[in-house]
Amino acid sequence: MESQNSKDYRKKKEYEQMVKNASPDSPIFTDCIKAFVSGGLICVFGQIMRNYFTSMGLSQDDTGLAVSLILIAIAVLLTGFGLFGKIGKFCGAGTVVPITGFANSVASPAIEFKKEGWVFGLGAKMFQVAGPVIVYGTVTSFIVGIIYYIAGLVR
Amino acid sequence: MAVRIGRHTAVLDRPVYIAEAASSAGKKEGEGPLGEMFDRVYQDSMLGEKSWEMAESRLVKENFDLLLKKSGHTAVDICIAGDLLNQDSAANFGYRDIKTPFIGIYGACSTMGEAMGIGAAFIDGGFAETAAAGASSHFCAAEKQYRAPLGMGSQRPQTSTWTVTGDGAVLLSRAEKKGAPIITEVLTGEITDMGVKDPNNMGAAMAPAAASLLTAYFKETGRTPDYFDVIATGDLGLVGKTLVIELLAAEGYVLDDRYTDCGIEIYDSESQDTHSGGSGCACSALVFTAKYYKMLCDGKIKRMLFMPTGALMSPTTSQQGESIPAIAHGVVIESRC
Repeated sequence: MESQNSKDYRKKKEYEQMVKNASPDSPIFTDCIKAFVSGGLICVFGQIMRNYFTSMGLSQDDTGLAVSLILIAIAVLLTGFGLFGKIGKFCGAGTVVPITGFANSVASPAIEFKKEGWVFGLGAKMFQVAGPVIVYGTVTSFIVGIIYYIAGLVR
Repeated sequence: MAVRIGRHTAVLDRPVYIAEAASSAGKKEGEGPLGEMFDRVYQDSMLGEKSWEMAESRLVKENFDLLLKKSGHTAVDICIAGDLLNQDSAANFGYRDIKTPFIGIYGACSTMGEAMGIGAAFIDGGFAETAAAGASSHFCAAEKQYRAPLGMGSQRPQTSTWTVTGDGAVLLSRAEKKGAPIITEVLTGEITDMGVKDPNNMGAAMAPAAASLLTAYFKETGRTPDYFDVIATGDLGLVGKTLVIELLAAEGYVLDDRYTDCGIEIYDSESQDTHSGGSGCACSALVFTAKYYKMLCDGKIKRMLFMPTGALMSPTTSQQGESIPAIAHGVVIESRC
């Protein structure tokens, strides 16, 4: 006879299949198109600024910095005005992947948790979303750095 | 005294009257299909308060005041209420200044069913002559606690539901009120977990809880779904409703168009972009108080089974990889018209 455990397991597996059939998927194809176009437009805008700054005589490094700063400022301002959420819903990965997404992920909890005060609210929660990106970004660059160093020694 | 006729079903000895109902809704709900039916629609989601949390508490308090005003009562013997926020804070702060014996409950989005059941039991048991039962939720406060900050630019999955902003409350009474519908039976659900882990698909997590209580009720009473004019589950949304119909069919019970879900009724999912539907304690509370209560008073429906459903996870348990336990609580309501 089938044990209670395996019966429960079988029921859960059956239900999992029912859920899968009943749950509509996200419209991945249109989402990809939207993300491709909107993300592309942000990059085009960045490139235009880059060309402009270079033509004005800014160095290569400073140009990159200036472009990033402007994109961050725009994203934070749009978040503050409550518009980024709407844009992000349409664009998806198009606004999440560029530096705009990172800026939004820092600005939105800062606004949300300001009600709990400057220290335990805004200060503590600001990197709630972006924190892991910073932590694992740092860890990864550390590991890559070691590999780079060893590779240099071997060469 | 009530009589227990099964593990889940208790029949009340004397009818408990639902003497009055009050509904206060947020802006988006006011723009939905039931917009005209709410007693009050708030255009400002902050309600003049400093935070989403305090806004919800104000909603709770103002809707309770409205309930009293509509009913002509100056006080009730006991208040039973709950919400989605940590430590039931919307209800606790909302009732802070209402000097009345109070019971705070948590049943996630099943709270309205739970509150009405407990209130009916209090009255039936002689613990109170009148009781207010209510439930509230606030989209912004719930998003902040359960999901992501409001300003985050991300996309919601198709299975997700939209937390309803509002408060629905009823005044239960032992004294007869002419034309008021009565609660005749109280159904208490058990925690059901079919292993769904996705907090963005709460309808799927809660459907087995509703299905198991419905099945238990039909088995304990020997009744079938056509005993009711309306069977309304909590906030399962489009995904959950489909699953309940399938689960009940497997048990041999056919749910036809007399079966509805409050999560589907509260919004127009196409034009309001709410995906699977509405959720939150206020979802079933508002749909019942604004729509079905009036239909019962007018005699347009004679008998309904109102069964809100709740997903009992927390952000912590979901992050720890636990599946989502769910529950359903029901009351059988009959028209006296």
